[in-house]
Amino acid sequence: MTYTRRELMVAAAAREIRDGDIVFVGMRLPLLGFAVAKETHAPGAIGIFENGVIRDWPALHSIFTMSDPANIAGALSCGGLNEVMYLLQSGRVDLGFIGGAEIDRFGNLNTHWVEDQGKRTRLPGSGGAADIAVMARQSIIIMNHERRRFVDKVRYITSPGFGSGGDWRQRHGLSGGGPRRAITSLGIFSFDEDTGEMMLSAKHPGVAADEIEKETGWPLRIAEDLTETAPPSADELHAVRKYDPKGVWTS
Amino acid sequence: MSKALSLRDAIAAYVRDGMSIAMGCALESSIPFAASHEIIRQRRKDLTLIGPISDIQFDQLIGAGCVKKIQASWVGNVAAGLGHNFRRAAEHGQPVPLAIEEHSNFTIGLALQAAAMGLPFLPTRSIKGSDIAKESHFARVRCPFSGEELLAVAAIQPDLAIIHVQRADDQGNAHLWGNYGVVREAALAAKKVILTCEELVDHSVIVSDPNRTVIPGFAVTSVVHEPNGSFPSPTQGYARRDDAFYFEYHQATRTVEGFHKWLDKYVFGVKNHREFLELLGPERRAALRPEGELFAPPVSFNY
Repeated sequence: MTYTRRELMVAAAAREIRDGDIVFVGMRLPLLGFAVAKETHAPGAIGIFENGVIRDWPALHSIFTMSDPANIAGALSCGGLNEVMYLLQSGRVDLGFIGGAEIDRFGNLNTHWVEDQGKRTRLPGSGGAADIAVMARQSIIIMNHERRRFVDKVRYITSPGFGSGGDWRQRHGLSGGGPRRAITSLGIFSFDEDTGEMMLSAKHPGVAADEIEKETGWPLRIAEDLTETAPPSADELHAVRKYDPKGVWTS
Repeated sequence: MSKALSLRDAIAAYVRDGMSIAMGCALESSIPFAASHEIIRQRRKDLTLIGPISDIQFDQLIGAGCVKKIQASWVGNVAAGLGHNFRRAAEHGQPVPLAIEEHSNFTIGLALQAAAMGLPFLPTRSIKGSDIAKESHFARVRCPFSGEELLAVAAIQPDLAIIHVQRADDQGNAHLWGNYGVVREAALAAKKVILTCEELVDHSVIVSDPNRTVIPGFAVTSVVHEPNGSFPSPTQGYARRDDAFYFEYHQATRTVEGFHKWLDKYVFGVKNHREFLELLGPERRAALRPEGELFAPPVSFNY
């Protein structure tokens, strides 16, 4: 079966969700990942949205924002933003999905401003990403893999990963565990347990390791046991297309 | 005495230049766009806007020159991406320089909650290690019991909160349902509250379902009956989201000239929200209405 790169990313996101996990799901690819996990291996996972919505099954209707009426109807619970943030702060949230305009080698993310040839571009800001990055038990980063986004050092830390590396999170008293994985359009990265540095652990089918190195703004570490991302299974693809039948997010 | 006013009168009476106003507090739904368009029409300026994710509402007010400062965690266009007016103001001070007080969603929620609780700050474990935490409205504090280092979030007490709800009585007792975002915190933090509502109902409707009374009328200054007052954002049970409107706005506002054309058409080109809805045309209005019915069974408050 043929599939798109984004469908592969959704499948990879779904595989990070364990049955019974409490997940801050976000929108777009992570939301689809949650749907695929629910339909396949993790029917007991719970999805939490920053606006205060908790769902035990994703909305089938396609949505542009987490506050779209289809995401409210049939929800398990509707409350406030602070209440779902309490769940994060008290350590109940197993996994949170985040992204950014820039990422660096320690998984720090920037969504505040970027600069290109002296020209500064203001970006929208954190939303809830900083809250998730700091307090979720673990986080999964999803983003497009481009050289301008993969920089040696982010210009602004919106959502901290492992800071300057090593035991930085412990020293600064961050309660959550930090990024477990980064899923990009080119591969999947894990983070070194001691140094906190991003490490290529799987490349997507058809992608060469040197292409990934070329799109990365620092000398990339590659795992000794580098593998290839498993293509989406028939069940995974079926689930992706059930929730994104027109390919709005995955074409 | 009834607190019901027209939107024009409510904005004229309670929105002053230089005030701080919390809006968009439910996040992407029930954004009081009718009210913010009226603020633009009445040409208020030097406002401070407070809210978590304002979608395109703050972007419009910024572009119209009404805003000198924002206290927010995110400003842009949720479905389409960046907010062009926010960018122009932040990057070039256009049309007027914009001060930005950075927040995360949780710190905005805590800042409003602190004010609602009558406290000067609330502590949190969030945003430690983020550059957001370096801003002056956050300070390190130690837990007096465990010694744990926490971050104090300074309270934010808005002069005014404008909140769109499903229904209210003429005293401002309001029923709302769906996601609350930071609506409850903002309503009780603000010095004054203006409600816009889909339906103005009898007091007996409010007291028939007290768990749904999320804002008590004694906290509310005035009530405006403004059906579809959240357009293009959705209001659960009353209006869908007009996704296309956000994408059109994103395209139309790429340039300053484009934004002013948009503003002339949709804000200055109409007298009020009803004319704005008429301008959208019957098809677009019809597409907003939810299809069919989805009722929860009634609950008994019998005793």
